Amino acid sequence: MNKPIKIVINNFDYYYNKKQALYKLNLEIQANEILSVFGPANSGITTLLRSLNRLAELNPEGRAEGEILLDGKSIYDEDVNVTELRRRVGMVFDVPTPLPMTIFDNIVYGPRLSGVKNKKDLTAIVEESLWQAALWDDVKDRLGMPAMSLSGGQQQRLCIARVLALKPEVILLDRPCSGLDPISTAKIEESLIQLKEKFTIVIAPHNVQQAGRISDRVAFMLMGKLIEEGPNEEVFANPKDQRTSDYITGRFG
Amino acid sequence: MVLVAIIVYILIKVLPEIGWTFLSQSPSDMGRGGGILPTIVGTLLVTLLAVVIATPFGIGTAFYLAEYTRGGILTRIIRFSADSLAAIPSIVYGLFGFIFFVTQLGLGLSILSGGLTLAFMILPTLIRTAEEAILTVPQSYREVSFSLGATKWQTIIKVVFPSAMRGIVNGLILSVGRCIAETAAVVLTAGSALHMPKSVFSSVRTMAVHFYTLASEGISMPKAYGTAALLIILIFLINVVTNILVNRMAAKGR
Repeated sequence: MNKPIKIVINNFDYYYNKKQALYKLNLEIQANEILSVFGPANSGITTLLRSLNRLAELNPEGRAEGEILLDGKSIYDEDVNVTELRRRVGMVFDVPTPLPMTIFDNIVYGPRLSGVKNKKDLTAIVEESLWQAALWDDVKDRLGMPAMSLSGGQQQRLCIARVLALKPEVILLDRPCSGLDPISTAKIEESLIQLKEKFTIVIAPHNVQQAGRISDRVAFMLMGKLIEEGPNEEVFANPKDQRTSDYITGRFG
Repeated sequence: MVLVAIIVYILIKVLPEIGWTFLSQSPSDMGRGGGILPTIVGTLLVTLLAVVIATPFGIGTAFYLAEYTRGGILTRIIRFSADSLAAIPSIVYGLFGFIFFVTQLGLGLSILSGGLTLAFMILPTLIRTAEEAILTVPQSYREVSFSLGATKWQTIIKVVFPSAMRGIVNGLILSVGRCIAETAAVVLTAGSALHMPKSVFSSVRTMAVHFYTLASEGISMPKAYGTAALLIILIFLINVVTNILVNRMAAKGR
């Protein structure tokens, strides 16, 4: 159970203008685990995920305080290269968002930015990423087709493949299955469980059941505060906090 | 319906008039005889010059407004000025061009003065249409691009610009149409010489100006209609060709 710690969050606050979205968060994320951060809407989960790759700062009204360490180094240090950081910490969004290009071009978007030009290398990256995201068999004959022509579930797996093509260390998934049918959801969950061999995965599940199915550890958040965290079985079997137990038994939220 | 009526009327009037001579010869006898080749060349040159000058500035300003200064006071001033300028009658641009380019800078009545003046005239429209097109690109595209490790510049070049392409080109076509159809501003800055232009410093008469002169001074109605019809056909062709090009580019992506 004692895997190395990948990410440490220390006393992390986040504000939008004057409104505080995250309160003194403290959390450790181990390498090669799936951590589910769950809670009702507006709990600051998206903000937390977006702080981990500094995507939150696209919002000019946002402001972060406190510390997030990736492999022991603060990601908010001035000498941190943000684009480099975002390659190490990839993100999948709640709505599948293929870029308006072909399937192939979508996947190699990141690698091309970091300077991979050789057609053979790019093809290899595409094939490997699609395999890992369990999409290869669906699309191998139509890589030149517009990515928008795929179904919703396929689009989301394409987005996962696109992140995998970055060869990241951490993958953030923000309610990746929210608009998807159960079969697509099952496929994505299956690939996530295989992917944790190689990556650290932080997911905002779209419901408590999903958190229970796939995670090693879970963290429960409410109104911007971390209420409870621990191994999956422990938190679900006997939660320490009344609010956690209320939420997972469906009494609110 | 009315549009179709106008076009059909002009085309019927004109079919006997347009022929190879009409397209390939210089006018004789003040436009009563011969063709209109110099005016076709003049139109194309002045328009091309205007578009070539205005496009980089227009699109550049639009990206600056939409991507770099969202909501600032400077943005609002630029936007307000652009909107005001777009509504100014073209003859005012003509007068400005006449005073500034023709007299002040000593460029004379020339293709260069005309092109520069028209560039100023279409700039506001270009900026605003391009800006609207850029703003309709979903924010999620930008987020995805950033999350995949792109810089702002890379995001604009690789994602935003291609997605906004169609809207930008529409604004461009609109501007080209306005340049081709312009008379007042062109008479004042490019003049109305009927000979073939020799350089950008030659004065030219564009087709619209030629049509205006022929019709208003009662020189030759058949030739005037011929010119009008060619104008319509030219604008139509430009629309069709650019549409085909844009569709072909867009088809790659979606």
